[in-house]
Amino acid sequence: MNEADNIEGGPRAGAAPLLQTVGISKQYPGVLALDRVDFDLRPGEVHILFGENGAGKSTLISILAGVQLPTAGEVRFRGERVVLESVHHARNLGISAVFQEFSLVPQLTVEENLFLGAEFTRHGMLDKRRLRRSAEAIIKRLGFPLAPSAQVEHLTRAEQQMVEIAKAFRADLSVLILDEPTASLTDRETEQLFALIEQVTRDGVGVVYITHRMQEIRRIGDRITVLRDGRYVATLDAKTASEDELVRLMTGRVISELFPSIRQSAGDEVLKIENLSTPNGAVLGASLTVRRGEVVGLAGLVGSGKSEVMRAAFGAEPISAGRVLLKGEDVTGQPVRALLNRGMFYLPADRRDEGLIMMRSCRENISLPSLDRRPFSFGPILERVAEIRETGTLADRVNLQPRRIERIVELFSGGNQQKVMLAKCLTRPVDLFVLDEPTVGVDVGTRAAIYAFIRDLCEAGAAVVIVSSDLPEVLHLPRRVYVFYRGRIQATLEGEQITEENLLRHFFDREAA
Amino acid sequence: MASREIDLPAPKRDLSYWLKATFIRLGVLPFLLVIALIVFTLLSDNFLTVRNLSNVARQSVYLMIVSLGQMFALLTGGFDLSVGTILAITSVVGAMAMAAAFAMWPDAVPLAIALGVLAGIGAGVLIGVCNGVGVAVFGVSPFIMTLGMASVGFGIALYLTGGVPVYGMPREYGEIFGFGNLLGIHLPIWIAAVLAVLTYLFVNRTRQGRYFYAVGGNIKAARLSGINTRLTLFVTYILSALLAAIAGMLLTARLDTGEANVGASMPLESIAACVIAGVSLRGGVGRVENVVLGALFIVLVQNGMNLARIGSYLQMVVLGALLILAVIADQIRLRYIAGARD
Repeated sequence: MNEADNIEGGPRAGAAPLLQTVGISKQYPGVLALDRVDFDLRPGEVHILFGENGAGKSTLISILAGVQLPTAGEVRFRGERVVLESVHHARNLGISAVFQEFSLVPQLTVEENLFLGAEFTRHGMLDKRRLRRSAEAIIKRLGFPLAPSAQVEHLTRAEQQMVEIAKAFRADLSVLILDEPTASLTDRETEQLFALIEQVTRDGVGVVYITHRMQEIRRIGDRITVLRDGRYVATLDAKTASEDELVRLMTGRVISELFPSIRQSAGDEVLKIENLSTPNGAVLGASLTVRRGEVVGLAGLVGSGKSEVMRAAFGAEPISAGRVLLKGEDVTGQPVRALLNRGMFYLPADRRDEGLIMMRSCRENISLPSLDRRPFSFGPILERVAEIRETGTLADRVNLQPRRIERIVELFSGGNQQKVMLAKCLTRPVDLFVLDEPTVGVDVGTRAAIYAFIRDLCEAGAAVVIVSSDLPEVLHLPRRVYVFYRGRIQATLEGEQITEENLLRHFFDREAA
Repeated sequence: MASREIDLPAPKRDLSYWLKATFIRLGVLPFLLVIALIVFTLLSDNFLTVRNLSNVARQSVYLMIVSLGQMFALLTGGFDLSVGTILAITSVVGAMAMAAAFAMWPDAVPLAIALGVLAGIGAGVLIGVCNGVGVAVFGVSPFIMTLGMASVGFGIALYLTGGVPVYGMPREYGEIFGFGNLLGIHLPIWIAAVLAVLTYLFVNRTRQGRYFYAVGGNIKAARLSGINTRLTLFVTYILSALLAAIAGMLLTARLDTGEANVGASMPLESIAACVIAGVSLRGGVGRVENVVLGALFIVLVQNGMNLARIGSYLQMVVLGALLILAVIADQIRLRYIAGARD
């Protein structure tokens, strides 16, 4: 397999673009995800894609990887026009991608997953011995601690990530696409991955790399292409680009414009969580406090427990140990309804999966959490006139566009769907707002509006908790940040201590590295 | 009007535009109704007569009531495949209890009727309780739970009767609840109308009614909005069973016997009536008034085919095909709606 790499890569270094998009667009129902984007990847370079959630990075790489076809424009591979009809087709050209969502079959073993769709056969039967040998060779080359015969569903998330990466490193590699590959790796594993990236780029492989981390950009990046709202913004040299410049290009605004300054005060304690654990181990002995008039951030990687701890406090996940006190009252293990009635509101991260009822109207979605109270109902009977009036007022307050509250939520853009979510938590008196990834997949305008919304809530005396994987958000809004790692609170940062360096340092486990 | 046309190069507002708009708004049912009326009027002179249409109304009562119940199950994203069995067990248990009470106290006819109806409906609702516990508490899929209960209930009904019809109910029961008249309209039609209105009010005007849509539309979102999703699912299957049981007692009155094999076609027909009426199989979407029309439509087609002398075997073919056609139409409609995003 090493032979193949050399043949593919060697002579082409420094030549014309390996992979190129010309005026590529992707239209989804209701959203133009990519708008005439030009992008090129040279052999042997690491090209960083930079942009907000929803800027079009994922759409671009999914087109490059053959997951979907563009609605306009063309893709050129080694200067020739190609129509990447399927992942299979792309892989035959040597284009491999590692996405954030894993494409592993949990019930199969590591080796079976590695060669899924490209199994070795002998006389029409599976050649298991060759499978084992090839799998061992790949894993050895990558230096990952994986057993070829282990069943994927029993692996940790980090190990699954390694399998996913190993799957991409196949013999005839020419383009490697990595979407935040280090999200769940330890430092040592990350180093191994970087060494590997260096190795393949020396062989002339081009790497498309998505990351939000400045350190990684400096460490391995050659060029950075910034996308915003589906459009190409700029391409910069990774070694010289400054962070301020990148953020400005990414958001189209200077930081101070996007993030309002919030007059925070520390009032009465609203929420106190003591040594909370969940039975599945997602949260282990976490303790934190939230006061009136302050914004508190919960940071950490996906699955670090930052979201789960608030869900458990809200009654949406079981609790195995510890206590939850809301305004001094013990509410440990109470159902969601009881927490709502006591003034806590949790807005989930995934609108589509657990936030909204997509095929029902905005009106019905907004009023849903408060149908048990005036003015939305009188006893068991709904007050329909009041419902229309109230939800209309709230739609105005969050600036729903277009303001058609009888329209089904499905038909609105992501930003407006998020506004419907925000309107939901204004239907009743709330002392503690918990917003889980409040700006995922929304445009910059909505993003600024959501931050202003958070400021208003906070300055009106409510407590706001932001659970977020978005670094700028956690850096600029809260006055206190709890950093989660594998279910535990790794660090508590206040005021001046809240810096990117400090945050990232605690995202990973130093000891294990 | 003219100024609007100038502002937007609006799509042509010709016939096909209006047909499409109607289709997106109302679904496939209006089209099917019109086609059915035209076809059967052409096939048979007796079809479009007051006498025949009032016949259709009377015959559709039972399916209509069952479909109202089925709608609850579909709204919450499930099915109730046991509605036929509920009809059967209600009929058998109700008739046996009524006959026994009548034999014991031949003078107390109202008492016998009341006892019989209560026993029958109680037996039917008991099946619903089992469904509700299985689905809401143990998380069994509605498909398996109600399919299993369909077999259990049918088995019990056959066991109780040995497959023989149950006789011996007071004559008055059939005279009143099967053929009775009020203001020139059959009593079963009155009952169905009242149930339809109550269901409409319940679904559209009460909090619990809204919760059916929420739970079927997105059970996780419903849970995070503080809705008791288990209770809602439980109530769903109780209501479905209650309505099927009422239909069962009315059918028993009509037949004057308790029979274990009434209602065998009810699961398919009630699901077809709902789906044709635009109730989504994915849950969360459906309207009571359309379901009433859907049930009417199914019976209308059956009646039309009878008049046109189409045999019962071929009728099964048509009914199954209609169900599938309705689901395909629903998919096409969804695609149109997705295309309407901005």
